[in-house]
Amino acid sequence: MADRADIIRIEGLNKWFGQFHVLRDINLTVGAGEKIVICGPSGSGKSTLIRCINQLETHQVGTITIEGKEIHAEMKNIEALRAQVGMVFQNFNLYPHLSVLDNLTLAQVWVHRVPRREAEDRARHYLERVHIPDQAEKFPGQLSGGQQQRVAIARALCTKPQIMLFDEPTSALDPEMIKEVLDVMIELAEEGMTMVCVTHEMGFARKVANRVVFMDDGRIVEEAGPEEFFLDPQTDRGRMFLSQVLDH
Amino acid sequence: MTVTIDRGSTTAPASGLTVLGWIHRNLFPDWRQGLLTVAVIWALWQTLPGLIGWLFLDAVWRGDRDDCVAASGACWAFVNARWGQFIYGFYPPELRWRVNLSMLALVATIAVLFIPRLPHKGWVITGSFIALPVVSFVLLHGGILGLEVVQTDRWGGFMLTLVVAVAGMLGALPIGILMALGRRSNMPAIRVFCVTFIELFRAVPLITVLFMASVMLPLFMPQGFAMDKLLRALIGVALFNGALMAEVVRGGLQSIPRGQFEAATASGMGYWKMMLFIILPQALRTVIPGLVNTYVAIIKDTTLVLIIGLFDLLGIVQAGVSSSDWLAPSVTISGYVFAGFGFWLLCFGLSRYSMHLEDRLNAGRRR
Repeated sequence: MADRADIIRIEGLNKWFGQFHVLRDINLTVGAGEKIVICGPSGSGKSTLIRCINQLETHQVGTITIEGKEIHAEMKNIEALRAQVGMVFQNFNLYPHLSVLDNLTLAQVWVHRVPRREAEDRARHYLERVHIPDQAEKFPGQLSGGQQQRVAIARALCTKPQIMLFDEPTSALDPEMIKEVLDVMIELAEEGMTMVCVTHEMGFARKVANRVVFMDDGRIVEEAGPEEFFLDPQTDRGRMFLSQVLDH
Repeated sequence: MTVTIDRGSTTAPASGLTVLGWIHRNLFPDWRQGLLTVAVIWALWQTLPGLIGWLFLDAVWRGDRDDCVAASGACWAFVNARWGQFIYGFYPPELRWRVNLSMLALVATIAVLFIPRLPHKGWVITGSFIALPVVSFVLLHGGILGLEVVQTDRWGGFMLTLVVAVAGMLGALPIGILMALGRRSNMPAIRVFCVTFIELFRAVPLITVLFMASVMLPLFMPQGFAMDKLLRALIGVALFNGALMAEVVRGGLQSIPRGQFEAATASGMGYWKMMLFIILPQALRTVIPGLVNTYVAIIKDTTLVLIIGLFDLLGIVQAGVSSSDWLAPSVTISGYVFAGFGFWLLCFGLSRYSMHLEDRLNAGRRR
């Protein structure tokens, strides 16, 4: 079972918000370089699941192992662990009081102890990779939603994470900006980054995902390759979800 | 005087607006506004000449009490004669250069705030605000570096007002920030302590705090342990205003969206780094008006130290106007007007600075 290349192992994960059982018996492994797309109706627990991976949410039962190290709420070096995992949020969550460049260098300088000059070089490098090299001096409020989300991706990449988590990265975007963000994510996938994405972008899932995980009511209901899942879902709930997502 | 009311291209430029046209447009656009204009002009006509006459034309600038009694205007001669005392209190005249030097240090520290571009500005400002009280204490109190000791009971006047105000401000902000953070802490012991502290100090008048610090505290302190009266007052002022400030800061903290905390946490920052770099800079700038409100209150509340026998600007003016060689109604009024002007100057300067600060910070994040 214990595959050396597994970078994330989740076993028997359960989580409650008060009395509400939000995650039930989740088992999931992610190999290095794998791209996982998690989808499912809203309230199915998919965001909570990826937020458990970097412990933005703490779980009560079960284990999460990242690169062989078990993580939990009381651990000492939780910050060091989080530093290996990059996260992109639905609402970008850029720091509005800092310039784009400072958004990108802050964690490098103060968490990873990268010298400022090197941090800035790295920041500009990643801004170039997300195709907005000339916005470094601006403030987040001066950018479009698509640009902000690409800055957020660059910010997460700056600290050279092993794993990238995407929590509905395109849900808050206008339609014409979704593509520019997805393009950046596809490029990132092609470079071999390990990615766990909560998204309803089925085109993206088809293109890059190794596996699609379908969740409903806190459980993983189906787990399959994208073609298998999209063409031949094995459960009624999977079929129903797909018909709602794909039919318009 | 040229008048341009060109606000973008949506309105036609008001070219060739004459003085009469301007008056018509701004002062008499319709009969109700016109009536108001007339009323205001009439009120000014009634009050201004008397005020100017009292303040300047009929005022006595040099002389003694008898000159003031004879004149119908203000008695600035009194302020002139007591100027040294009003500014320096009972500080030995030959050592007043030390007070001047420390005021200069204060001005220099404030000037740093206005330098638009300065490498590591945040650290320089923090450093100078930490250095300021140390330097000022050494200068004012002496006792080291070969400086003669001047006990705090000789401090007074405007200088004492500044000491209490600046110490209150510098002390209250960090206390307020820590208490606000503590009140939102997950750790029950810290939270309970902070809530108790804030609610206790907020619920009593400053006079009570000062009185406690001055009269009660020495009774509780161990034998032979004496703490300077001024220092006790300063601590009281800082704690009291720290509690007020804590609630202002807490309001700012609550306005920060959860996503900011999550983004900082996800990037590997611990609690203090997250607060220092992400949360507090945003929280504090949203509550600048509230912070300045508290700061203005601190400046004005310095007058309360009179209650524990310290003579601030107002206290020393009050002592002056009741001294036998200057007893006269116009002297009393002039003294209080002078003291009021001193406080107004400080508070107005502060509020102007806060406006400048808000402008500058908002320029950075146009939306």
